[in-house]
Amino acid sequence: MDLSELKEGQTATVVRVGGDGPFRRRLLEMGFLRGTEVYIEKYAPLRDPIELILKGYHVSLRVDEAARIEVENVRG
Amino acid sequence: MPKKSITIALAGNPNSGKSTIFNNLTGTRQKVGNWPGVTVEKKEGHLKTNGYDLAVVDLPGTYSLTAYSIEEIVARNFILDEKPDVVVDIIDASNLERNLYLATQLRELDTKVIFVLNMADLARERGVKIDADKLSELLDVPVVFTVGNRNQGTRELLKMIISVAEAEIDLPRTRRVYYGKDIEKAVGELSEFIREKTSAELPYHIRWAAIKLLENDGIVKERILQSANPQGEAILQEAKLKRQRLRDFFDEEPEIVMTDHRYGFIAGIVKEVVKTVSRQRVDVSRQIDQVLTNRLLGLPIFVFFIWAMFQLTFSLGAYPMDWIDAGVGWLGEGAGRILPEGLFADLIVDGVIAGVGSVAIFLPNILILFFCIALFEDTGYMARAAFLMDKVMHLIGLHGKSFIPMLMGFGCNAPAIMATRTLESEKDRILTILINPLMSCAARLPVYILLAGAFFGAKAGNVIFSIYALGIVLAISIGRLFRSTLLRGKVAPFVMELPPYRVPMFKGLVIHMWDRSKIFLKKIGGVILIGSVIVWFLSAFPKQVQFSRDYQAEIAGISDHYGSLISAAHGDLRETLLRKRDEAISALEILQATEKVEKSYIGRLGKVLAPVFAPIGMDWRGSVAVLTGFVAKEIVVSTMGVLYAVGADEDEKSEALKVALKESGMTPLSAYAMMAFVLIYVPCLATVAVIRRETNSWKWAAFSIAYSTVLAWVVAFVIYQGGKAIGLVQSSPSLCI
Repeated sequence: MDLSELKEGQTATVVRVGGDGPFRRRLLEMGFLRGTEVYIEKYAPLRDPIELILKGYHVSLRVDEAARIEVENVRG
Repeated sequence: MPKKSITIALAGNPNSGKSTIFNNLTGTRQKVGNWPGVTVEKKEGHLKTNGYDLAVVDLPGTYSLTAYSIEEIVARNFILDEKPDVVVDIIDASNLERNLYLATQLRELDTKVIFVLNMADLARERGVKIDADKLSELLDVPVVFTVGNRNQGTRELLKMIISVAEAEIDLPRTRRVYYGKDIEKAVGELSEFIREKTSAELPYHIRWAAIKLLENDGIVKERILQSANPQGEAILQEAKLKRQRLRDFFDEEPEIVMTDHRYGFIAGIVKEVVKTVSRQRVDVSRQIDQVLTNRLLGLPIFVFFIWAMFQLTFSLGAYPMDWIDAGVGWLGEGAGRILPEGLFADLIVDGVIAGVGSVAIFLPNILILFFCIALFEDTGYMARAAFLMDKVMHLIGLHGKSFIPMLMGFGCNAPAIMATRTLESEKDRILTILINPLMSCAARLPVYILLAGAFFGAKAGNVIFSIYALGIVLAISIGRLFRSTLLRGKVAPFVMELPPYRVPMFKGLVIHMWDRSKIFLKKIGGVILIGSVIVWFLSAFPKQVQFSRDYQAEIAGISDHYGSLISAAHGDLRETLLRKRDEAISALEILQATEKVEKSYIGRLGKVLAPVFAPIGMDWRGSVAVLTGFVAKEIVVSTMGVLYAVGADEDEKSEALKVALKESGMTPLSAYAMMAFVLIYVPCLATVAVIRRETNSWKWAAFSIAYSTVLAWVVAFVIYQGGKAIGLVQSSPSLCI
């Protein structure tokens, strides 16, 4: 499942970050690693971007960027 | 021997409270400039303590030290090339795990590092307790606690800086990230290979160089190639081979695996040093965001904040603007009285004081605007604004953060362009800068008011609005065009942290505001000064003009003629005659002034350029007016006042000028074309100077001038010729837009 398919208030575990080069690396450096828990805090009023909580901090990602993050174990 | 001067580099994640610590350390003794060759802000401060001279350099806030962004490259190069005595890493204690990512990379650079755990009070409130001794022991790095916004721990930090700078510490240290058996083997072998191949000093510590080569770091590769010649090729070849092997083995880029290992190492440390007390307190920041980024309320509140900012800027700013205006007038008058009449007095009064004054008048606006921006930034609201607006800006191929500069453009493009510094991607920044002047600034409004008022009567409001709309539509189309041609490339990813809200410190806000305003004053003052003098020269010279009539003689004749009549008349008649005489003289004087401008260099230039402007419905007077408008766009109005023979003191409300314009053969259509031209053509001198500064290139400044002027001509041409073609030539104000 992709991170972008989740609803507000759901939590999931990162499996893999897709995409290419620098973008992918940046996401990993920001902590989107396999096994990391990500919580969907909210969608922006225009439904894009998404506010996420991981490793105790808040970060925003565009929907099409979140679509490149594969997650599992969706709950909440 | 104690070292007397110490250089300190402050590193840290964005939002780690780095600038607060910097302010605490250096106070207001700061120097703001750019890092050489790039438009990343460089802040430097000095302080003296215990006989030491400390130079503190604030590195750009980064999450990592890869060569991912200019900021990271700048930060890394400073540490590697300038070799500061101590690197101080500011770590947000309430966000330890991610902040330690940069910390581990700093450790790998093998410089002297101090970790500062900032905002530990916040962390404790969130139920996180950090064992500093343990952290210090595990990473073999001294650790200091600070609370930046209460100025706590600054003294301890200073003491620590001095003792670390003086201490003999053996580098490299041992407690470092372990990248796993396979990568460590490759790193070891590559290090050995480099050692064998190079006898000369490498610019880097060898293990670090090996790691970076395996990560395929472009800058390190280039440096190795330069400094390890002729063995550089061989080293890169070997690194490539090892990279290939690792990639095949992991089925993944080695740098990704290494990132994983760093976080693994960090997770181990965090487990050891952090005690989480389960007493989770209310997260205030999250609750604020329940309102400020709320699905229904978020956007209206944002619009309100922006509205409030503009209100404050322009209505509150209007008072000091009047004072400055009066002050400039007073100064001009005073100088005119003191200086002996002549060329020098003209230069000072009409050139320097009037020219610089026309820009200095914007200072209150700029101070207030920058104060508001600093408030948005320091509270953390700026990130929310980008979060709210990203979807909209994405349509133009821009980042959410571009919204604020674009909006500020409606006030004044110069500070708006300076505000693009908040954008991380260079391409985003340049694109935002290039299309920013299409946001019609306040200085252009007088021109619209004059022309629309003269030719469109009651419909003036709608006509002016349509000009603003035209600017926005053009900005969107040009933005998309440039994005797909000149500045091709993906929009910067929106991996943006939403930091917790913070109560801003007044001192920080003022420093923030003043730093930027100072740049405006200093740099723009210089360019504006030169530009004003040039325009003054072009319109005041040649001094001796061959007039078509002998104005002096005619004026003298009128004086004589009325003189005898007046002396014979009484009462009302006398008054009437006096008025008539003055009117006749001033009409002649205006004619003379007009002819003088016509025959001045700028008038001649206007005549030469007239054929260029003819297809867009402008005569030579219009050409001269827009030429002088390059200094500041509101000057267009006063130039037209001179050229249309009603005197230079005319403003946009002048009835006489409106009548003169209508009689000059201008039509609503050509007026509209001229308004469009004024909207689009060359940004004013101040803006061009800021573009040069912010893009760090004359090329972009020249490009901005060229593209906007061509675009202005084309748009005005389409309006004028298109309008003529469909029959909109009548000069009555019945044209509907």
